[in-house]
Amino acid sequence: MGPVTTPASPASLEVSGLAFAYPDGHQALFGVDFRVTRGERVALLGPNGAGKTTLVLHLNGILGGGTGTVTVAGLPVGKRHMAVIRQKVGIVFQDPDDQLFMPTVREDVAFGPAAAGLKGAALEERVRHALELVGMADFADRPPHHLSFGQRRRVAVATVLAMEPEILVLDEPSSNLDPASRRELADILRSLDVTVLMVTHDLPYALELCPRALVLSEGVIAADGPTGALLSDEELMRAHRLELPFGFDPRTVAPPARERA
Amino acid sequence: MGAGHAHRLYRHGHSPVHGLPPHTKLAATFLFVVVVVSTPREAMWAFGVYAVLLAVVAYHARVPAGFLLRRLLIEVPFVAFAVLMPFVAEGERVHVLGLSLSESGLWGAWNVLAKGTLGVAASVLLAATTELRELLLGLQRLKLPPLLVQIASFMIRYGDVITDEMRRMRIARESRGFEARGVRHWGVLAKSAGALFIRSYERGERVHLAMISRGYAGSMPVIDEVTASRAQWSHALALPVAALAVCLLGWAL
Repeated sequence: MGPVTTPASPASLEVSGLAFAYPDGHQALFGVDFRVTRGERVALLGPNGAGKTTLVLHLNGILGGGTGTVTVAGLPVGKRHMAVIRQKVGIVFQDPDDQLFMPTVREDVAFGPAAAGLKGAALEERVRHALELVGMADFADRPPHHLSFGQRRRVAVATVLAMEPEILVLDEPSSNLDPASRRELADILRSLDVTVLMVTHDLPYALELCPRALVLSEGVIAADGPTGALLSDEELMRAHRLELPFGFDPRTVAPPARERA
Repeated sequence: MGAGHAHRLYRHGHSPVHGLPPHTKLAATFLFVVVVVSTPREAMWAFGVYAVLLAVVAYHARVPAGFLLRRLLIEVPFVAFAVLMPFVAEGERVHVLGLSLSESGLWGAWNVLAKGTLGVAASVLLAATTELRELLLGLQRLKLPPLLVQIASFMIRYGDVITDEMRRMRIARESRGFEARGVRHWGVLAKSAGALFIRSYERGERVHLAMISRGYAGSMPVIDEVTASRAQWSHALALPVAALAVCLLGWAL
């Protein structure tokens, strides 16, 4: 029940019947179906070991070979379009130290577009714009390891934005952030004009940012609906090991603005 | 975190030598060392002239003599061998201060000491005037195998991350009352080293994943083009060309 989607609106991401087992025989996904419309912000919730990371690695074709299909903006994920797919699906990994591997912030943000063949002034402009979007333009020439954790997370987002993705996939974006950095990141994500799929355990953060949520549990989509409604469903939450922080009641929080509904 | 923003060998400045493009400096240093090494050891005056040439470069780079001399200490373990040569080498003996020394050994020691010192001094000057980052760009420009340049650049990027990880492991050990004393504790240290290796290896895998997610296909895209004008090349090459003249004179005389 995609609450704000109509079948006619273009899909950024479409996953159907996706099943996958690792070579050691461990089956992580048992037929995952969902659809994300362009401009939507969707949270993907689920306990540890639910298959969230496995699913994310399917979105840009790093994992594959199971059954089912993933389609990004109408293009099937597969060997034929790999370069385009990796440009369209921007994954922000959990540890920014894994994501930021170049000696300076500027070179790191330039890495993706340069790998795609962008050069010279156009490349500079792309990098500057991406860094401005996350408020890190003044740090372009700093080495990533001299930034604070929150700043590194923001630069990690910029490295992906520089590729002008169709969909931004964030793996645990709020982990290890102090409350101020958390809020800054939320402001940035809200200001962006891209489709966002946010994988998280941080339920208040999901409620704050994403009007819609999916619950992935034991390799299937167990629920799909407005985030507030899902979080208020105590039985559902308990069944999938999702727990709200102490004292947090989703019913008393104003629903997130549906600016692009 | 919050460590110096450049490596310790680098000396921040805006001298003419600092301003030269990195690959011209690399080429100049390399050629200078080649010329020095191919000078006959008997032409002792030539090495004196080389030292003067380096002093002139250091003056233009505004690198103080004390800084340069302190950095030169790094060669001490390498030249220790040279000091032994006069005592152990065969051949005619000469007597100095009551010590019987081999003449060919003395020449050999002088050879290693003079050429080694000049080479190290040239490298120290290069390192003092060129940032690590620039050095890598220079190597890339000089068409060093890209894989080597990539490995070096990852070393710079992750050196601090891994040192930090090592520091956290040490703190964790010490917080539980461990103190490395003597051979009996080497086992623990070896296990820590192993754990650090595995962690770094796994981080390598995650970094690789992040790289291919952003379109990495085996080669690093060129982001910064470094170029050098004819004038910059001629400034940088002034050093090895002058040295070459001295070297040829050394052979001729």
